[in-house]
Amino acid sequence: MDRVTIAGIIIIAVLVIGIGIYAYQGSIGGPQDKVLMVATTTSLEDTGLLKDLEAAFEKKYPSVDLRIVSGGSGIALEYGKKGDADIILVHDKTREEQFVKDGYGTKRIPFAYNYFWIVGPKNDPAGIKGLNATEAFKKIADDGGKNPSQVKFVSRGDNSGTNSREIKIWNQSGLNYNGTVKNATWYIESGKGMGDTLIIANEKQSYTLSDSGTFLAFQGNVTLVPLITQGKSLLNVYSTIPVNPEKVKGVNIDMANKFAEFLVSKEGQDIIANYGKQKYGQPLFTALYGQPEPT
Amino acid sequence: MNEILEGIRQAVELIVTLNPEIVEITTRTLYISLSATLIASLISVPIGGLIHFRSFKGKRTLINIIQTLFSIPTVLVGLLVFLLISKQGIFGSYNLLFTPGGMIIGQTVLIMPIIIGFTISALSGVKKHINDLAISLGASEFQTIYTIMREAKYALLAAIILGFGRAISEVGVAMLLGGNIRGFTRVITTTISLETSKGNVALSIALGIILLAIALIINLILNRFQEK
Repeated sequence: MDRVTIAGIIIIAVLVIGIGIYAYQGSIGGPQDKVLMVATTTSLEDTGLLKDLEAAFEKKYPSVDLRIVSGGSGIALEYGKKGDADIILVHDKTREEQFVKDGYGTKRIPFAYNYFWIVGPKNDPAGIKGLNATEAFKKIADDGGKNPSQVKFVSRGDNSGTNSREIKIWNQSGLNYNGTVKNATWYIESGKGMGDTLIIANEKQSYTLSDSGTFLAFQGNVTLVPLITQGKSLLNVYSTIPVNPEKVKGVNIDMANKFAEFLVSKEGQDIIANYGKQKYGQPLFTALYGQPEPT
Repeated sequence: MNEILEGIRQAVELIVTLNPEIVEITTRTLYISLSATLIASLISVPIGGLIHFRSFKGKRTLINIIQTLFSIPTVLVGLLVFLLISKQGIFGSYNLLFTPGGMIIGQTVLIMPIIIGFTISALSGVKKHINDLAISLGASEFQTIYTIMREAKYALLAAIILGFGRAISEVGVAMLLGGNIRGFTRVITTTISLETSKGNVALSIALGIILLAIALIINLILNRFQEK
């Protein structure tokens, strides 16, 4: 036998074994009624919360294969509209309500909240500590305009829930987001998830807006500190929306509903309420336990 | 610097102890990229042969287009296939998006131009007199093609291995079509991207070492064949 034949046999053998393993797991395409596609905002995935929820849910329903795709809330909503996800987990109330109103979602179900934090370098070059969110953004814009080498702001720039909140705050600060802010030299768009954006902001020693959960989970990797952590405009509510099978065909609504029920059940809420206590010294999310969402 | 050294130390530990996550991700990566390479080869080598052995109008242009597609951005292939296999796409009903099957399709499309292009080069590299000799010895067209293919077998294998190298090292298709689902579509490159963004350097370095080791093995095989 020459070498080509031997190499060919090896390649084919590996392939056959590989296909065998995957066929065994029934995962090449597989029966779709047991698959639940979940599209989630990055913060729930990056903090690790979803991993725990997934494990508990799959333990409760052993036949279900939960598959989680993580992206910004904007992408998650798009996956829902296209039918590529059966249920979405997002944090962007305005767009969520629109999603349900347009018939793509059956119901918006809030299940947890925390806060957006304005984080920045320890020495706080724009001196925003103690201000409220809108004042702080105004101050960053003013000082950034004067001294862009010292005062910078990193934006997600990815149409995510955090990004849309950030834009809302810029507009509330009386600044023209699309004109002044977006084109300013001190304003940097990362185009990435929250974790990446924190790393970038850290490298550039810039300010950024982060959900508190991701920040706490990444605290060990950055020298940035939370500067503003409270205020109505920083409230961050996470909701789940099962995709409406009447509008989007092919949705596994039974499993989607089961997962939504699980999230707001005592079991699911306990996991959320306790998540991060051990590792980060404080819980990353506040579970709602059936209470209406704070506004 | 310390971070890198510490990362490498942990990485070696992860590899030596056969960390289950690393084994799982590496197996999946090999399975997906090898499948894509096999399918792409079965389609592309005959297409390359067809283009080489037939003369037709626009052949030069076609070859130019194929060569341009060597450097098609992986995310562009990802996007095109995404639109086709998303639930609202033409092949939406096959439920291929965010599955290993979808990734195999994407990588197949990605590396087909490379295998076709290098198949044509491989066949062009066979001396003209072998062609003439085969014909003068009374070989049929099929036999002539077979003889030339045999003559070019090492160059053909190199074409296939190049395709495999591109498939296993790309991240755009894997990310867009696989969705980086833990335990299902997460492969070496997408894990490196994710874990680095999470600040988990050790796992990234470990997978980076494995990817490099695979590249090294491929290169050694390739070199041995080319020496012949």
